[in-house]
Formats: sequence, C-alpha cells, structure tokens
Amino acid sequence: MAGAAAITASDLRARFVRSGMRARRISFLLVLPLLLFLAVTFILPIGDMLMRSVEDPTIAQVLPRTADALRSWDGKGRPPYSAYAALASDLEVAQRDGTIGRAATRMNFEVPGMRSMLMSTARVAGKFEPPYAQAFNAVDARWADPEIFGALRHASFTNSIGYYISALDRSRKADGQIIMQPEEDQVYMMLFARTLFVAAMVTALCFVLGYPLAYFIAHASDKWRNYLLILVLLPFWTSLLVRTTAWIVLLQTNGVINDVLAIFFGDGARTQMIYNMTGTLVAMTHILLPFMILPTYSVMLSVPPALRRAALSLGARPWQAFWRVYFPMTLPGAGAGALLVFILALGYYITPALVGGRTGQLISNMIEFHMKTSLNWGLAAALGGILLSGVMALYIVYARVIGLNRLRLG
Amino acid sequence: MAAAKRRFEWATIEKRFNAAYAIAVLFFLVAPLIVIIPLSFNAEPYFSFTTKMLTLNPEGFSLRWYQDIVENPQWLQAIGNSLIIAICATALSTVLGTLAALGLARSNMPFRDLIMAILISPLVVPIIIAAAGMYFFYSSIGLAQTHLGIILAHTTLGTPFVVITMTATLSGFDRNLIKAASSLGADPLTTFMRVTLPLVAPGMISGALFAFAASFDEVVTVLFLGGPDQRTIPRQMWSGIREQISPTILAVAVLLIIVSSLLLLTVEKLRRRHTPQGAKAS
Amino acid sequence: MGRLTTVIIAAAAAIVILAGVLLFMLNNNSEHDAEQMNKDLNSMPLPSANGAMPAGSPAGAALRGQSLVVVSWGGAYTKSQIEAYHKPWEAKTGAKINSVDYSGGVAEIKAQVEAGNVNWDVVDMEIADAQRACDEGLLEKIDAGLLPPAPDGTPAVQDFVPNGITPCAVTSIVFGHIIAYDSTKFGASPPRTLADFFNLTAFPGKRGLRKTSPTINLEMALRADGVAGDKVYATLSTRAGIDRAFAKLDTIKNQVVWWEAGAQPVQLLADGEVTMTSAYNGRIFDAQVNEKKPFVIIWDGELLELDVFGITKGTKHLNLARDFISFATDTQRLADQARWIAYGPARRSSLPLVGKSALSGVDMRPNMPNAPENAANAIQVDFQWWADHQEELNQRWNAWLAK
Repeated sequence: MAGAAAITASDLRARFVRSGMRARRISFLLVLPLLLFLAVTFILPIGDMLMRSVEDPTIAQVLPRTADALRSWDGKGRPPYSAYAALASDLEVAQRDGTIGRAATRMNFEVPGMRSMLMSTARVAGKFEPPYAQAFNAVDARWADPEIFGALRHASFTNSIGYYISALDRSRKADGQIIMQPEEDQVYMMLFARTLFVAAMVTALCFVLGYPLAYFIAHASDKWRNYLLILVLLPFWTSLLVRTTAWIVLLQTNGVINDVLAIFFGDGARTQMIYNMTGTLVAMTHILLPFMILPTYSVMLSVPPALRRAALSLGARPWQAFWRVYFPMTLPGAGAGALLVFILALGYYITPALVGGRTGQLISNMIEFHMKTSLNWGLAAALGGILLSGVMALYIVYARVIGLNRLRLG
Repeated sequence: MAAAKRRFEWATIEKRFNAAYAIAVLFFLVAPLIVIIPLSFNAEPYFSFTTKMLTLNPEGFSLRWYQDIVENPQWLQAIGNSLIIAICATALSTVLGTLAALGLARSNMPFRDLIMAILISPLVVPIIIAAAGMYFFYSSIGLAQTHLGIILAHTTLGTPFVVITMTATLSGFDRNLIKAASSLGADPLTTFMRVTLPLVAPGMISGALFAFAASFDEVVTVLFLGGPDQRTIPRQMWSGIREQISPTILAVAVLLIIVSSLLLLTVEKLRRRHTPQGAKAS
Repeated sequence: MGRLTTVIIAAAAAIVILAGVLLFMLNNNSEHDAEQMNKDLNSMPLPSANGAMPAGSPAGAALRGQSLVVVSWGGAYTKSQIEAYHKPWEAKTGAKINSVDYSGGVAEIKAQVEAGNVNWDVVDMEIADAQRACDEGLLEKIDAGLLPPAPDGTPAVQDFVPNGITPCAVTSIVFGHIIAYDSTKFGASPPRTLADFFNLTAFPGKRGLRKTSPTINLEMALRADGVAGDKVYATLSTRAGIDRAFAKLDTIKNQVVWWEAGAQPVQLLADGEVTMTSAYNGRIFDAQVNEKKPFVIIWDGELLELDVFGITKGTKHLNLARDFISFATDTQRLADQARWIAYGPARRSSLPLVGKSALSGVDMRPNMPNAPENAANAIQVDFQWWADHQEELNQRWNAWLAK
C-alpha cells in the first residue's frame, strides 16, 4: 500500500518535471525566432565590428617574415639584423603583388609619413644588397630610428590593444612604454569627458524641467490629465529630425528667437545659440525630456495622496511633507527616467552632428569620422568598444536596480 | 488659525508657481513643433515670419513648398521607400516581437531577465555602433545598399518596442479567462481567436505603431547601409538640413507631425479602451 | 498545446511568406527603377550644339545592352557629366549608364571591394581619395597610353595638368578653393587678397571655413601668413610650420561658421550668416550667374584640386569602364563639360575650346579656375603630401576644432 503510494508520487513528480520541461521548451521556442534574428542581424555584426579593435592582421599578412623577425625582438636597442633582411624581401614581394599600399596605409596610422617611406623603399627594395641596414638608411634616413621598427613590431602582432591605446590619447614606444600624445593632438579623452558632461547636463535639465511638469500632470483633474499627457507624448512621437529642424529654425542667427531679440534690442542682440554646445544641449534636452516625464508621472500616480495629508495633519510643514514623504516615494520613477535619459544621451549622434557645430560634437561623431572618412576602422572599433562597455554597464544597472519590466512607452 | 491661513497661502502660491512652471515646460516641448507649421506656408524662402505673414496678408502664404514635395521625384521616391521599408519592418518586428513576448509572459520562461535584456538591447546600444557593425556585416553578405538590408536593420531596431508594449499588455492579462473559455467548451483555436487575441490585440497594434514610427524616423542605418535607391524621408531630410534648409524640409516636417499625431491618437485610443478606468497606475 | 503550435506555425508561415514577398518585390523594384531611369535619360534632350555629339560610330554595337554604374557627386555636377559625357558615350556605344550619387570618400568602395561585392564601376572622386584607394588596392590600374592625344598630337601625359594622370586615376576637372564675399557688405574698399580674409579689423564679420578636413584650411592660413606658394608644403612638414598655420587660424577661430557640404557656404553667404567664406568656385559662379547674387570671388591664393575618375577593383565591366574614361576625358568632352559647370578642364588643349554656358550664355573661359589670369597666384593641392600627413593632421585638426 505504502509502496504503491510512493511509486505513484515519484511517477507524478516525473510527469510533473516532464511537463514542466515541455512547457519551458515551448516558452523558449517562442522567444527563439527573435533571439536568433537579433543574434544574426545585431549581436554578431557588433561583435564582428568590435573584433577589429583588437585584431588587425595587415602587417602579419603583407610583411610576414618581418613580422616573425620583429616579434622575437624586445624593442630595446637596435632591431635584429634579420629584420632588415626580412623587410627587404617582404617589401620586394609586396611591391610585386601590389599589397604594399595596405601595409603603408596601416603603418601611417602609427607613424605619420611612414606611408611614403614604405612605398618609396618598396620600389627599390628588389635591388637591396647586404648590409641591409645601410641600404635602408640610404633610401630614407628615418629608417635609422629604432622607433620605426618599434611601430612595425607593435603592428606585427595580429591581436593587440594598440587601438585602445590610441583611443586613450596615448602611444607606445618601441620598448612598450606607453606615453601620452602631445597635448595638441589629444582629443578622444576630452570627447569622452564631454560626452559624459553633456549626458549629465541633459539628464539634470530633464529632471529640473520634467519633474515639476510630471507633478503638475499627475495632480491635474482627470479631464485635463489626458490632454496634458498628449502634449507630452506629441513631441515624443514626432520624428527626431523634425524636432531638430524645428530647433534650427528657432535658434539660428536669422531664426525666430533672434528675430524677436533683434526687434527689442536691435541687431546687435543676435546671439549664436546653435551650431555649438548650446544647440546640442537644448535640442537633446527637448528630445529626451519625455523619457524623464513619463516614468516619473506614472510613479507619481501611484503615490497615495493620503500619505502627504497624514504628514500635514501630524504637523509637518508643506515643504517637509513634500521633501520627506512625497519626493522619496517618487524617486524610483525619476531615477528610472534619469538613468534612461543618461544612457540614451551617451550614444547620441544625429542631433550633435546637425546642431553641434564645432564644440557640440560627441564621441559618436568621432566614431563616424573614423568609420567613414579616415577609414581607421580599428580605432573606430576601439572608441566604439569603450562607449559600448560604458553604456552596457549602465544598462545592467538599469536592468538590475530598476527592472526592464518598468520600461514603458507612454 | 493664522498658521493654517499661512499654510493655505503658501499652498496656493506653490500651486500657481508649479502651474506656471509646468506650462512653460509644456510650451518648451510643443512650441517648436507649432512654430514650423505656419512657417511651412511662407511664400518667401525664409525661416522667419515676414511682415505679410504677421499681418495675415494672404499673399504672405503659399503652398509652394508642399507643391515642391509632390513635384520632386526624389521626395516621392523617398516617401515610397520609407513606406515600403517601414511597413515590412513593422510586420517582421511585430511577428517576432509578439512571439517573444508571448514566451516571456509564460511563467516558466527560463533565463527570463537575461533574455529580456538581450531583446531590449537594440533600444539602448548607441545607434552609431549598431550601424557600424551592420555596415561591415551586411556589406560582406551583399545586403548593403538593398531594401532588404535596411528592412532587417529597422526590424532589429523596432522589436524592442513591440516586446516592451506586448510584455506590458500580457502582464495585465488574466489567464483565468482562457481557463474559463475552455471550461465552457471552446477549443483552443476558438479560445485564442475569440478571447486571447482581442485582449492582446491593442498592445500588439500599439507595439506595431511604435515600430513603424521608429523605422519611419530612422536615419543612421540608412546613412550607413543605404545607397541612392534606398533614400528614405529622414535620409532626405538629413542631407537637406546639412546642405541647405529649404522650406520644403519644413513642409515635410509638418506632414510628419500630422502622421505622428495620428499614430499617437490611435495608440492613446487603444490604450484607453484597453485599460479600464482607474487601473492606469501600475 | 494545440493553440501554441498553431501560433508558432502561423507565425513561421507569416515570416516565410513575408520574406518571399519581399524578395520578389525588391527584385522587381530595382529592375523597374533601372528601366525607368533609362527611360528618363532617353527622354532628356540631347545637346546638339557645337559638336557635343561625337561622330556616331556604330562600332560599339558589341557594347549595346551593357550597362555601367558611374558614381558621382550629384546635383549640377552630375548633370554636367551626363550632358557632356554620358549622353554622347551612350550614343556612341549603345551601352547604358546608371548614374549614382554619393558624398565622397573611400569608405563605400573599400566596403564593396573587401566584401567582394562590387556594384560601382566608375567612381568620380577627389584625387587624394583616389590616391588612398589606389594605395590600398581598391582601384584598377589605368594605362595612360590608352588615353587619346590632344587634337594637335600632343600625347595625353603632356596634355593633362601636372599629376593629372596617376596609375589608377585620370583627372577630368580642376576645381578651385577660393574665397568669396558678399559685395554689399564691404562698400567701397572690398577685400582683395587671401590675407584680407584673416583681417577682422579691416573686414569685420563672420567667416565660413570647411570643417571636414585640415586640407585647404592649413594651406590658406600659411599663404595668408606670407608663406610663398612653393614653400607651403615644406613649411607644413615641420612642427613649427604646423604650429604657425594653426596659430593663424586661431586668430579667426571665434568668428568662424563651419560648413561641410559644398552647398552650405553659398547658403551662409546668402543668409548673411557670414560675410566671407571659403568655397568651391563652381558653386559661387552658379550663385552669381543663375541666382544673381552679389557675390565676388577672390582668386588670390587660390588652391587648385583635381577631381578624377577611378575604376573599382573587381568590377565586371572593366573594358567598358576604361572605354568610358578615355572617351570622357578627351579634349572635346572636357571642354564640353565646362559649358555646364564652372570647373576647369584637366587638359590644356581643352581650355581654348571652352565656349559659352549652355545654361546662361555667359562666357565660361574667364570663370575657369585654371584660366591663367585666375590662377596667377594659385598652387595645386599636393595630394601625395597629404596622403602621408592626413592621419597626423586630422588628429590635430579634430583636437583643435573640439577645443
């Protein structure tokens, strides 16, 4: 009797487990199409792109013997004699195969002017005879500088963090010592700092503008609330380019606001409000403000009005009731909005590109420059890698602390 | 008594101040959009109000910039491209996103948080990084400079909206209704068609409209992946803004504002029907 | 369970059907577009004036039905090429040209070649980009011996401007980076020299400069600072020379409005956002003549740059592309193009043949950037030097701009 009951129980458990597994499998199958889709169209491409920041086989492919010879050198003192011989024969082959340009372009990222040095040396490398070092120096005196071979050596490793070093405004000497770039060439660290600053400023502005508005809407009468909310949602739904256009029309030197200023104070009152940092800040705040208002508003709705009344009746002054009771209860909403605004602001590209002028550019714009104009894809990937890891870290914080199920659109 | 009165006054002042401030912020939000509407009817190629416009002289206004859009094959092609791409991307992302949300809403979903985080990540990954990655990858498989490439890119960017809206809808979904339906003898298909679908449809449509709006507004992946045959409305606006803002851009902007207002009102209507009164706070 | 299976199957079906419909639609679409484009091209009026039509040779029958993708800058510039090159070449060979616009740079070409998926055959590009692309093996070699000689028999190599023919590229036009100002802003004593551009006291007002690259800006700064034309690149090769150029730019940095696309400086002048700006000479000419704007060009210190044709590595239409380029860069065709846009022909033999504008009837010769009277104090941008120093100066330029 007891035995039979035990069998039934374990049987039941097994069935339960089996059906549970089947249910889990079905849940997973439902998610799978999108997961696979994103893996192929989104995650894989980004991963592939980021790999370019730590993987560059150009020199190892185009100048293979030189790369081998230099890898065993410690970068101190003179490069090994074998490296000169290897480079002479590599250059000869690369010149014949027409691949020298790739190596030359690659090395020019590291040492300005090395492109023409390699190209002109490659043209005559077929006639080089030992002693090779002298032959090289005869073509171009810069070959006597060990730093040239140092740069070649660093580039000869297929996998390296060289692009990340450049992305932090630093460079490597032949012996591996990392030094800062000259001050007039430093730009990336400053742009990262500026990006953080802009994101923080925009978040702060969104909070200062958004919190009172959310409060106002949350405490308006039912009839008004919906209309007010629609006024917030309208810009939210409107194309980013439309909103940016609107700000250009308003802020440019001959725009609406300056026209009004000129009417009152004369033409001298016209000020530059766009194509600089101000333009970026104003337009970005406008665009991101709804992301702050909406979560703040929905949390405010859930705060029971009785709580503040209770505080008041217990003798608290109104501002005390607000700061000590109401405000802390709405912080999760405002915090969620602020974090989201900050995360989105870090990656902004379009608005700074259109209204940022010279001083309102962010790190995304620099990534675009290296992608599209300078073609230094390794550096673009390194800058992107740094930006992405920052954003992802904050995203994880958001997911852990606030929870992704609190993301609401309107 | 005096204290109560003072408290009352303070509250009124605070209220008035708050109202004034809030209205100023609302003005900041909406005024830029309103300003460009009359300017798009400017008879002169300027971006400021002419004297004729301010005196409401009919000569100051014209439809010439709207006519420009209709007569310019580039704009017409852009509108066509935008519609094709947005509709296809919306369909794809709605199907994929809805399926995923149905899975995520099941109580026995393994690794729910992680998967949710992955599915929503296209919303937060800086667009320049996503576009750069797609640029290399799609070029290597021959999808760059095709409509399909951009549709896939926009589908990717649109799915988080569907997932978010659908998950929110499903979280308020009462499973007992399904049980009730089947206990009343409905077969699973009937239950789905008559009970589940009508309940989740508003969320699905909202998500789809969000995905549509996202695709309709997307320019960065088009800049990277699109060739001249894939010019969309935002792409056309982008080069217009960078090169020379002709008032035609304002006319297009006004049309886009109308489109987005319609989308917004539809979503709000759906939300109101979907959410019973008072349940809005959640 | 049944419900879920149904949903999954229906959804999968929906995806497959959608994808199928999509692919179907896309192919139809692009074919349709190409057809439409050809129709449009055919229905355009052919230029009949002064020999723009070549002596029609039916020898090209073998090429009939083939098509070539020619990529260029769009707008009035592409139109000038269609009128002067594409139409007569299509008439001669019977092949078709699909004209595609881009905004410069090597990125697209590089992506296409690396992916082995080349669909641009001929690309019109700045010579510095062509050099870069050639170095990286992204362009096909072009044999200068195949280019037709000048009518008087001068071989092509001597007929073209210096450096006009490189291993991968053949120059079609010479364009000028010049300073333009609004004549209504300066009254009786207008600016006359490049140095005046940097003189904010005598000639107050905002200035326009190109933001995208240090090229042009650094040369202008040095020349305005008194460096002789033939010493510019030697000066820039030293640290002190670079510092000197940036120091000169510093003197107007706060007064500069930056532009990126070629249409912008014209717009900036027209809107009164700047009183003087650097610009491409052809754009200013267009505004002067076709829009009757009161703009004046300062030719002093002009910087000449070359625009070239290159052939994308791995194109399926190599011979067709070579035929097009040698046709388009012959003496008559280059002279014809100058009737449509104010950029100078790259062959010396073409310059005397330049006639009146096909659009406005204005005599084009005095408006050519390389006409002797305009180019008296001009230098040519040294693209070889820039190929070596672009990276280094880009970095410094970006840093300078951002600060």
